[in-house]
Amino acid sequence: MSFSLTLTLNGAQRDIVLDDPRVTLLDLLRDRIGLPGTKKGCDRGQCGACTVLLNGKRVNACLALAVTLDGAEITTIEGLADGDTLHPVQDAFIEADGFQCGYCTPGQIMSAVGLIAEGRAGDDPERIREGMSGNICRCAAYHGITKAVQEATRRMDAATKGDAA
Amino acid sequence: MRYHSPSTFEDAARIAAAAQGVTRFLAGGTDVLVQLRSGHVLPDDLIDLKKIPGTYDIAQTEDGGWRIGIAVPGAALGAHAGLCKDWPGVVEGMELVGSTQVQGRATLAGNLCNGSPAADSVPGLVAAGATVEITGPEGTRSLPVAEVPVGPGKTALTAGEVISAIVLPPRGDKAGDAYLRFIPRTEMDIAVVGAAVSLRLDGDTIAEARVALGAVAPTVLLVAEAAEAIVGTTLDDSAMDALAAAASAACNPIDDKRGTAAFRIEVAGVMAKRAARIAYDRAKGASA
Ligand SMILES: Cc1cc2nc3c(=O)[nH]c(=O)nc-3n(C[C@H](O)[C@H](O)[C@H](O)COP(=O)(O)OP(=O)(O)OC[C@H]3O[C@@H](n4cnc5c(N)ncnc54)[C@H](O)[C@@H]3O)c2cc1C
Ligand code: FES
Ligand code: FES
Repeated sequence: MSFSLTLTLNGAQRDIVLDDPRVTLLDLLRDRIGLPGTKKGCDRGQCGACTVLLNGKRVNACLALAVTLDGAEITTIEGLADGDTLHPVQDAFIEADGFQCGYCTPGQIMSAVGLIAEGRAGDDPERIREGMSGNICRCAAYHGITKAVQEATRRMDAATKGDAA
Repeated sequence: MRYHSPSTFEDAARIAAAAQGVTRFLAGGTDVLVQLRSGHVLPDDLIDLKKIPGTYDIAQTEDGGWRIGIAVPGAALGAHAGLCKDWPGVVEGMELVGSTQVQGRATLAGNLCNGSPAADSVPGLVAAGATVEITGPEGTRSLPVAEVPVGPGKTALTAGEVISAIVLPPRGDKAGDAYLRFIPRTEMDIAVVGAAVSLRLDGDTIAEARVALGAVAPTVLLVAEAAEAIVGTTLDDSAMDALAAAASAACNPIDDKRGTAAFRIEVAGVMAKRAARIAYDRAKGASA
């Protein structure tokens, strides 16, 4: 039995046919669509390496079955930059040394984008750490990660205020 | 694995009743997917409930209670002002489940039906006196949340039965609830002990109370003796001591890597006291 679904992936519509209902969104992205930016750490919801935005909210791609997502809008790390211009969160991670090996980084960045959109943490480091606690960094680059999220939050705030003015 | 996405609970119940092998309902999938990927539970039939209309709704009932759809994720509970005002303890229990990413998917019904003795949203629901609406092959029925878990991983639902809504009673005046858990970390861990208290005041005196404990027995416990220890008091020190003693006495925990039985028994008393204090303060705040 095959299943067909349509996703809006990084702004573009994709028609997908699945031969197996057990395929997760993570495996769909990495193995079937060829977007390996989203990483697989634990494959069971614990590490956050697979974080993507699903209808604007952050979720673990390893915990969602692709077949259930017909009509959904998904943003992955590949969809953040605008051509050669990096997303402010990407810039901030580079400037603040928010990584070492980089394996957790796509998930950290997607999670940070989600957190900033939720507007719950502001630039308070304690609340940022709590809001980012679903993303584990084996290299323990947490200091830089927190600084990057703080800095990106400030810049994005300033940019929206600038736009409004 | 056969994947089904029925558009009514009656159809979901029919598919489940007719299924022969391992059957799972799919809400947020944060337990089902982990079990599937680890090879623990490989369903023959997976019945996705999220396509059923209304499952993402939170609605006030005619009597002033709340009806929560079974696909409503934890994050949506936390974002609902009315629910947070009436039942902060229920909401904070669900908000402890996993990370924000998990919160975007995980549901109350899934937490309840997964049947973990340490499920974080269940003590709050039990203390609140919540009920579930169940749709089955024989029609619908209602059951107190306290009676849903019957053992680790086991529920009172019979083959073909599915929870179609979670119902919270009207909160009323001068009332408050709270849930606390003990974990060795600050985030992303399984409760070693959980305690929920819901109470109502008459002046400064507790007129009604319900106390529920998690992770200290094969199922979440509703501890009548602990509630009796504080009803009729102003939560003075001796009432607090009696509450802690009754909570500890009700425990029947296991020893495991997260905590010894003796530790859990002791901590259950402490958590019950702290949760009672928060619930009491919330009730006073609500009456001010
Ligand atoms: C990283 C991580 C951290 C976690 N942390 C916690 C934690 O701190 N505390 C905690 O309590 N849990 C935790 N969990 C477990 C899990 O997230 C919760 O139990 C969650 O509430 C399950 O809800 P769900 O909607 O995802 O359920 P699902 O996985 O969709 O379903 C779970 C079970 O319930 C059944 N079910 C679902 N809906 C219904 C229904 N309407 N009627 C009948 N049966 C139904 C399914 O058949 C299945 O057996 C964690 C999980 C992960 C992956
Ligand atoms: S790979 Fe999904 S959370 Fe670890
Ligand atoms: S940078 Fe190596 S795991 Fe985070």
